[in-house]
Amino acid sequence: MSRLTKLTLTEAKLFWRDPTGWFFALAFPPLLLLILGSVPAFREPDAELAGLRVIDLYVPILVGFVLAMLAISVLPSYLATYREKGILRRLSVTPVPPSRLLQAQLAMGLAMALGAVTLVIGLGVVVFDTALPEQLLGFLVAFVLAAASLYALGLLVAAVAPSGKAAAGIGTVLWFPIMFFAGLWVPREAMPDIVNRVGDFTPLGAGVQAMRDAWSGSWPDPLHLAVMAAFAIGASLAAARLFRWE
Amino acid sequence: MPVIEVDHLRKQYRDLVAVDDLSFTVERGEIFGILGPNGAGKTTTVEIIEGLRTPDGGTARVLGLDPWRDRAELRRRVGAQLQESELPEKLKVREAMELYSSFYDEPADSERLLDDLGLADKRDTSYGKLSGGQKQRLSIALALVGDPELAILDELTTGLDPNARRDTWELIEQIRDRGVTVVLVTHVMEEAERLADRVALIDGGRLVAIDTPAGLVSRIDAEQRLRFRPSAPLDDRLLTDLPEVREVTRRGSWVLVTGAGDLLQAVTAVLARNHIVAADLRTEQASLDDAFVALTGRRLDHRPPAGQPERSSSQ
Repeated sequence: MSRLTKLTLTEAKLFWRDPTGWFFALAFPPLLLLILGSVPAFREPDAELAGLRVIDLYVPILVGFVLAMLAISVLPSYLATYREKGILRRLSVTPVPPSRLLQAQLAMGLAMALGAVTLVIGLGVVVFDTALPEQLLGFLVAFVLAAASLYALGLLVAAVAPSGKAAAGIGTVLWFPIMFFAGLWVPREAMPDIVNRVGDFTPLGAGVQAMRDAWSGSWPDPLHLAVMAAFAIGASLAAARLFRWE
Repeated sequence: MPVIEVDHLRKQYRDLVAVDDLSFTVERGEIFGILGPNGAGKTTTVEIIEGLRTPDGGTARVLGLDPWRDRAELRRRVGAQLQESELPEKLKVREAMELYSSFYDEPADSERLLDDLGLADKRDTSYGKLSGGQKQRLSIALALVGDPELAILDELTTGLDPNARRDTWELIEQIRDRGVTVVLVTHVMEEAERLADRVALIDGGRLVAIDTPAGLVSRIDAEQRLRFRPSAPLDDRLLTDLPEVREVTRRGSWVLVTGAGDLLQAVTAVLARNHIVAADLRTEQASLDDAFVALTGRRLDHRPPAGQPERSSSQ
């Protein structure tokens, strides 16, 4: 087994031993989909939503939920805790550099994200007869860019947070506006235009809209892809500059 | 070839000179103590030796390697225990050992290490549930899991109660007996005195003295005192004729002798030749503590151990 695989599996084990982490990131989104879908009105086409059902709108929102939880909340609190406890420093005197632990965390998080996203989309299809993304390539591009922008922000939080607790706090404070513009409380389709104009320039306002567009068969708006790419590049450059291993 | 050769080492942080013209060598198979108060530059020195920092001047060679340039090779052959480094709370002892041994091509036998370190029955315990002493022993086990030629242990008994501390010291002697060279960084005088074959005294980033603990003590030529009750009448001149003895006084049935050097040996030898038994013999000897004060003009900082001292419970 390679050292990275061993580290990744160990990180996955630790993640499973922390129920609050995996409950909110992995179990809660599918659960929320089931709860929303159990409301009869949300399963009826709505003329105000261009003939879509509320449950249709929530599939991409919950995909964004999974990504935001893992990238903004889970990852920074792990990394900042590892730095605070000298775990990254301890690795730097072994043949395995501390950057390998960061890679293991990213690999573990992405594997978890893919699992949970598959579960959300699959549940939608099987239980509520929601569609699969029609423009599949467009969806994949939007998904990858959304993940990249959120993980870059997560790394930036991990870089600036002085402790694990601080990272968890900053992550939560960031998570709320990101999920607000993603439409978790009020879907973008039901939000005032002005709010959506602002949301277009946030990672998941752009991300959820881009996935939504791909779902209904059109290529995502280049503006949304550009916004996500800009977050991904800007935040990862800042994170690389500010990140400290000890 | 020495295991460590440090030559005119210098490291400066802004205005603070942390290490100033420091030179010493560590030979294969010895326990080498680096002793000094907090802020003396001990940790900076070992961080340079471990390849975590580069010196601003001078050179360090470890196992014939340049610790910074050859750090990949160094990491495979040197085990280090860092000050205040922890593990994830929910990582079990066995998992930590498996993970860290996977980092090395030819790791030591983890099970045997855990046995030797008294952690065998803690294999399935999470790091967060270990006592302070157990955490410290696990951290030593992880420093040794790569089967290193050199182990560098930084403040390894900080936060331990006296019993756990003595257990740890026995461990370090076992490690040396396996042929591992040990560098022990400490501000605890008793630790250096008990364990180290040789000690480098460091203060203000400079080397104050380097010698065996006994050698350092004898350097200060401190006055020694002993007292006893002779079993038979004793002529004071028997003692005052000895070169080690400076003064003999009497108090009731007690004889008090002051002097220097190997006073005890000289006095007991002369008593034995005259068939006199020294009853209730007591000595007061200078310690490494006194040596430190004499050599640096100040006391070592005896800061209380950080956190709650805990007694390891597995013994």
